[in-house]
Amino acid sequence: MSTPYAKLPGWADYGLIPLINLLVAFVVAGFVVLLVGENPFRAAVILVEGAFGRGQGIAFTLFYATTFIFTGLSVAVAVHCGLFNIGTEGQAYIGGLGVAVVCLVFDSVTPWWITFPIAIVASAVMGALWALIPAYLQAKRGSHIVITTIMFNFIAASTMVFFLVGALKPAGSQAPQTRNFLEGGQLPKLNWIIELFGAKIRSAPFNVSFLLALLMAWLVWLLIWRTKLGYEMRTYGHSPKAAKYAGISETRIIIIAMMISGALAGMMALNPTMGDQHNVAIDFVSGAGYVGIAVALMGRSHPVGIVLAAILFGALYQGGAELAFEMPAISRDMIVIIQGLVILFAGALEHMFRPYIQVLFASVSPKSMGMAAAKGGGG
Amino acid sequence: MAEAAIELIGINKSFGAVQANRDINLEVARGTIHGIVGENGAGKSTLMSILYGFYQADSGEIRVNGKPATIKTSNDAITAGIGMVHQHFMLVDNFTVLENVILGAESNALLKSSIAKARSELIRLEREYGLQVNPDALIEELPVGLQQRVEILKALYRGAEILILDEPTGVLTPAEADHLFRILGQLKEQGKTIVLITHKLREIMAITDSVSVMRQGTIVATRETKKTTVEELAELMVGRRVLLRVEKDAMQAEGVKLSVKNLTVKDLRGVTMVDDVSFDVRAGEIVGIAGVAGNGQSELLEAISGIRKAVSGSVTLDGKPIDLTGAADPGELRERGLAHVPEDRHHVGLVLAFEENENSILGYQDDEQYLKGPFLNIDAIQKDARDKIEKYDIRPANCRLKTANFSGGNQQKIVLAREIEQDPGVLIVGQPTRGVDVGAIEFIHKRLIAMRDAGKAVLLVSVELDEIRSLSDRILVMFAGRIVGERGSDTTEGELGLLMAGVEHKEAAE
Amino acid sequence: MDFFNIVIQTLDSTIRLSVPLLLACLAGLYSERAGVFDIGLEGKMLVGAFAGAAAASVFHSAFIGLGMAILISVAFALVHGFASITHRGNQIVSGVAINFIAAGSTVILGQAWFSQGGRTPALAPNERFEAIIFPGANALRGVPIVGPIYAELISGHSVLVYLAFLAVPFTWWVLFRTRFGLRLRAVGENPAAVDTAGISVAWLRYRALICTGILTGLAGAYLSMVQNGGFVKDMTAGKGYIALAALIFAKWKPVNAMFACLLFGFLDALAIRLQGTPLPLIGRVPVQFMQALPYVLTVVLLAGFIGKAIPPRAGGVPYVKER
Repeated sequence: MSTPYAKLPGWADYGLIPLINLLVAFVVAGFVVLLVGENPFRAAVILVEGAFGRGQGIAFTLFYATTFIFTGLSVAVAVHCGLFNIGTEGQAYIGGLGVAVVCLVFDSVTPWWITFPIAIVASAVMGALWALIPAYLQAKRGSHIVITTIMFNFIAASTMVFFLVGALKPAGSQAPQTRNFLEGGQLPKLNWIIELFGAKIRSAPFNVSFLLALLMAWLVWLLIWRTKLGYEMRTYGHSPKAAKYAGISETRIIIIAMMISGALAGMMALNPTMGDQHNVAIDFVSGAGYVGIAVALMGRSHPVGIVLAAILFGALYQGGAELAFEMPAISRDMIVIIQGLVILFAGALEHMFRPYIQVLFASVSPKSMGMAAAKGGGG
Repeated sequence: MAEAAIELIGINKSFGAVQANRDINLEVARGTIHGIVGENGAGKSTLMSILYGFYQADSGEIRVNGKPATIKTSNDAITAGIGMVHQHFMLVDNFTVLENVILGAESNALLKSSIAKARSELIRLEREYGLQVNPDALIEELPVGLQQRVEILKALYRGAEILILDEPTGVLTPAEADHLFRILGQLKEQGKTIVLITHKLREIMAITDSVSVMRQGTIVATRETKKTTVEELAELMVGRRVLLRVEKDAMQAEGVKLSVKNLTVKDLRGVTMVDDVSFDVRAGEIVGIAGVAGNGQSELLEAISGIRKAVSGSVTLDGKPIDLTGAADPGELRERGLAHVPEDRHHVGLVLAFEENENSILGYQDDEQYLKGPFLNIDAIQKDARDKIEKYDIRPANCRLKTANFSGGNQQKIVLAREIEQDPGVLIVGQPTRGVDVGAIEFIHKRLIAMRDAGKAVLLVSVELDEIRSLSDRILVMFAGRIVGERGSDTTEGELGLLMAGVEHKEAAE
Repeated sequence: MDFFNIVIQTLDSTIRLSVPLLLACLAGLYSERAGVFDIGLEGKMLVGAFAGAAAASVFHSAFIGLGMAILISVAFALVHGFASITHRGNQIVSGVAINFIAAGSTVILGQAWFSQGGRTPALAPNERFEAIIFPGANALRGVPIVGPIYAELISGHSVLVYLAFLAVPFTWWVLFRTRFGLRLRAVGENPAAVDTAGISVAWLRYRALICTGILTGLAGAYLSMVQNGGFVKDMTAGKGYIALAALIFAKWKPVNAMFACLLFGFLDALAIRLQGTPLPLIGRVPVQFMQALPYVLTVVLLAGFIGKAIPPRAGGVPYVKER
């Protein structure tokens, strides 16, 4: 049997276990807070209030969530094809190159609603191209995609620095970033949606790329579970041999999956650049690609789960900022720890509590476990 | 009867709800060879794994040389003087023979003295039992028969008095198997006790002193080999009289559907696996390919079905050539009416994590009837799957169930239903009944005969000689990548055995 | 400055820059040879660097610092083991997690304990590992060619530098001349063979990870207590990944690992030296190009254009007893 674990009902598998894992991650994070000499319960309250307490907080939470939906989807698409794309970070960064070029060329000429689609295409294409080389090397030369994508993250960083201190930097400026985009390169805010519910927002970068992210989540769902291409990707992801047998070209499916993954990563660049800073600066991705790994793991690579997990992480980022303000001992790096713990407990240790849950289920309703246990024992 | 080397008393072992071993009592006399026979899944391997400390029994007692033994780990078994030769060799491929022999039995923390000691010990064992092997050769460079010899040496080096061999001849040619049996005979003469697990009754009759038959987790009978017959053992194994021949009408073969000419296939290392093979399969006949596993049958099937590239030669389907450079993908061949039931249904023929209905289109995902533009036509796929479930009596009858939750026989039926219902002109089938329960075997055999009677060309590869002989109209024997002989379905098992061993055509014909 | 001096100085900084890579690379060698992939080298180095500098400044002792660096780094290695050996989790996921936990916790704890923006206090000379001057080094400095080589390249490094280079033959000896090494290599190739030989696969892999932890601890201590006089946020700056690249480059062999790390160290040293200076024929090489070179080289190697790197066969796969 491929899995040493027996079957649980779907809701336990997709709801209960991730929830328990998340809870444990937070409990451990609570200990870190304790170690720092603060009260973890007060910290939690501040965090939640900061993220959801006021309209301002909600807007920021959704702004961060937008970024993480893109990167989470990017990781998940690759996972469905059995590929671990750690290169989301670099692909998003290079996606910024596409955004920069489009905005610098068009922002004075076209309104945002024309610049935006062009920038979407440009960022997606750049991200996809950056994923193409590791994909090609995996498909054709058998190089391990995890290692090559890590390498490409570093190469991306050097490449972007090269452009941002060189060709893309306005003459006379010292800062390694592009000039500010004009109105044609700025995305409209969506804060009014939250204000409809009576909240007041001073200023928050929550913008239309959130809608693009939701659209992408739906398209990814459609792709994975409703199209032939998605079927082929899943087949390859579960069993490369079965895919070969079914006449699915390994090279083609790896390259397509990675390019879709890269394109989603690249689109992430739209949110912080056109949506918030109105320029492309050095390090603007700042780890969002890696957060995507945690988001995809939490969301079990399902778009609905990813959107929820992205909002959770968005809340952590926003609430974390508030927390850093209220409790100076806890900087935003606390989020990095929580992120790590979530990856550890929801990812690497995802099966740790499963046996206990199964025992619990078996004792509560032995009948539901009967067939599953029989399957586990077929030797 | 001599004193017992091993006594198993009341052994029980369950995995979840499945009881793999039920109340097993077994006694093996010292200095004898004891056979344990049974079908796949009868619990033989589990029982021996308990004896070797790989699993622990839920209840029961193990006695070694009359004394109760607690065997919780492999280490306990080794200490108790038990050695095991596993079906899949437990060797480190890029280590030398010596390194493999001392692994886990080093005399101290440094290797130098261990290696020196092992070297002289190997020379002694070689002299005593005729177990020649170059101690400095790398395992990956040794042929399978010699690798197995290293496994035996490993056990003897650890001072094993009791040797368990799990299906040792599955990968051997009959000649290599004979050599193994001679070695086992010598070991027995030196007073070692040997337990031989197999499902090949011929081996049991040839070499053992006594034999136990296992069925569904229990020992149903223990016999002295001299006083039993193959027929009796076979009946005990399956629990009822087996019909070794499948009822079928005379063949009415017509034109050539599939033609293979001078086909040569190499593996990744460049070793020739299929060597200049030529044959035809006509409409309305089943051509069986017999041979010991690993003689190129798998590669032959893969090359014909487009999974593996060929080096040279040609294959034509309905008179039109198949591109052997790998450009003809399996999907294209399916469209041209070539269906393939692969040997490995777990990793190749099915995606176990998929729902049943998703597997029912595997390989046919390009078929218009399952698609709406780029989208899957979920309703059509599920309806189609439900139809096949009914027609092939696949249980449980739920097309939304994960495929991993079906039994081996039902999984095989899912594959067969998918391939046969496409109404292909040519069906190639690898090991159709491996790991399949007896009831499903009969069903599957009848389906294959029905294909033939419907005027299809069927190419069957199986390592089960009985299956080959009862289904095939013509039998080709493969040895070392070549087809070494062709026989009719009336040939004897002995004759096929000689061919499978690579004995030259003329000798075999005499 | 004459050309010879430039060469000597570049080589000297090559040695200094390659030491953390070498220690981390050997660390990775132990775990990957045992069949456990470890992209958490980066994180373990980072916690080692932090724990070392923090303990050294609190207890005013370099050796207590080193001990703590190793202890904490080993603890993180054991977490990786718990996830990937005991619970058979995905080794890459576990490694990523460890890198995050390390990156976050070093800053949080540093800030909470020392309130210097995530830094540890600057270490006093007795809290660091100072350079060891070999006998006669200063006297010989004046001698042409041999003098500077002896004084600059061979003498004048910290004890950790010598330890790192001694670890190379030592690792070779352990791997190929001891029982532990034999078993370690075996478990990375075919854990079932080890299991049936009566050796615990899990315990063997845990021991390999402890070796990894010790070496990443040393690497971290070198960063914060030799190269730098204290811990700085994210001071590993991707060295763990370069070490991983070097390990692949070295095809998982100890002596090759040393040369790979020296090569990557040399590229780094060269990048620093060439910053802004135009080269004959080529012109000014962008510093970013030099920085990216190790990664590009690794990609090229992985693609099989410079020989094929074959990883240990059981690498990345949790061991499950077959039924």
